[in-house]
Amino acid sequence: MSVLVVIECANGEVKKSSLEAASYGSKVAASLGTSATAVAIGDVQADALTRLGEQGISKVLLDNDSRLHDFVAAAYVKVIAKAAESENSTVIVLSNSNIGAAIGSRLAVKLGASLATNVVSLPQINGSSFTVRRGVFSGKAFSDVELSSDKKIIAVKKNAVDIETTDGGTATVENFSADLSDADFATAPKETIRQSGDILLTEADLVVSGGRGLKGPENWHLIEDLAKTLGAATACSKPVADVGWRPHHEHVGQTGITVSPNLYIAVGISGAIQHLAGVNSSKVIVVINKDPEAPFFKAADYGIVGDATEIVPKLIEAAKALDK
Amino acid sequence: MKILVCISNVPDTTTKITFSADGKAFNTAGVQFVINPYDEYALTRAIELKEAQGGSVTVLNVGEADTEPNIRKALAIGADDAIRVNLKPTDAFLVSQQIAHYAQEGGYDLILMGRESIDYNGFQVHGMVGELLGIPTIAPAIKLDVNGSTATLEREIEGGKEIIEASLPLVVSAQQPMAEPRIPNMRGIMTARTKPLKVVEPVGQEAKTSVQNYELPPAKSGVKMIPAESAGDLIKLLRNEAKVL
Repeated sequence: MSVLVVIECANGEVKKSSLEAASYGSKVAASLGTSATAVAIGDVQADALTRLGEQGISKVLLDNDSRLHDFVAAAYVKVIAKAAESENSTVIVLSNSNIGAAIGSRLAVKLGASLATNVVSLPQINGSSFTVRRGVFSGKAFSDVELSSDKKIIAVKKNAVDIETTDGGTATVENFSADLSDADFATAPKETIRQSGDILLTEADLVVSGGRGLKGPENWHLIEDLAKTLGAATACSKPVADVGWRPHHEHVGQTGITVSPNLYIAVGISGAIQHLAGVNSSKVIVVINKDPEAPFFKAADYGIVGDATEIVPKLIEAAKALDK
Repeated sequence: MKILVCISNVPDTTTKITFSADGKAFNTAGVQFVINPYDEYALTRAIELKEAQGGSVTVLNVGEADTEPNIRKALAIGADDAIRVNLKPTDAFLVSQQIAHYAQEGGYDLILMGRESIDYNGFQVHGMVGELLGIPTIAPAIKLDVNGSTATLEREIEGGKEIIEASLPLVVSAQQPMAEPRIPNMRGIMTARTKPLKVVEPVGQEAKTSVQNYELPPAKSGVKMIPAESAGDLIKLLRNEAKVL
């Protein structure tokens, strides 16, 4: 009865959020006195999966069906349910991504499991019951939730748990087939349009975000230049997306994307409560705003009062001077 | 086309969240409740589809009597009728069972809802309803069009989007920019008063999770201000003190 970890892959690599899930799953397995097995989905080669041993995974099941390179919920659920059955797993760990949440909810019904999403802590295990801490009220609070079914599914929030690496650890990779039929791929995407060249906002360690304090789209290059110099992803506030300076998928906040990077730099964003909800689990927050009374300063670790067009070039210069 | 839109009743986005001293309950005193913003995108798109192609829009809420003002608001925006399942929504599976039961009874072509509620942030109900009904769920969708018995959707994925064609019936969860929410007009508000709102009893009571307590995140220890003249020092502090660069 190993703990089963769902590993998402893209472009031949394991996603960072899945390395976090692997570390989490290994720790749960250790508490239960068992091992952690992974099931890999997406476009990946066996080599990249062997290294999951560094996160404490002992065995990886890989279904090589190339139709699985694109996300199709029905097919993914079938693969994971079969892996859970063959491993006799009662605990399944996945990442709280769009994919993880879509699979987790269907899997919970199929297996009769308790499901907790957006989880930020390891479980407190009390007999057959688990209690986990999860983010609620769009980042404004936490709640402790008891999972009472025999089977449990835990979707771990991104950047909420550390990736622990033991050098030299290797996992064995076993081929595995869920015998999928064409019907399982009925909702396969006809076309996938990927953003190119940018760092993925939801996976980023560093985020530079801009608001209306930038005055207009002609100043957006300041955000991009600073992000590029630091190796950060870019984001924006809701008003900036609403007026169309930036696309909606970059909008961070209560009704947009929630991020929890190591560093969040907010430029010209006043810090409305809805915006704070999307960023307040960031480890370090920097606020740059010309209004010293901007509410965002109360939620910040570092602050600079000044106009974005004067401050940001100084930061870019200082960042370039850092030895890498 | 028969469309079912599931809405939940959530604290307004500007609400300052507080809990009772023992951490067991969310303080609702003085809190304004609204239709969950993501559900409002779903509702607006459903009404747009009905206006263009005919059919009906039913709203469904799992909640106690205090949610009725927001159900009436959904009717004022343009839904035709409403169902309230008289049950406190404490668990995603419990809610999904209600939706699946009444969706099956009504025989809907499309079941729409928001990607998540902004209070519980479960991101679970659309998948659970799809699995309970044995039909696909597309989540989160940023675009939805229907042509006959086929829906064309854009789904947001991390780092891009996918274009999907799927046959009805279908569960779809909505996210911006699927539709621009509407403000009810006076005529809508007047007609909403007489539109049917049926209150039904819950089916099954099986919950899979229970909330033990709530807690607010720890307060920040205070902000360190850096003078604008020496803004570049920030970068050094981020590397040497905060150790994030």
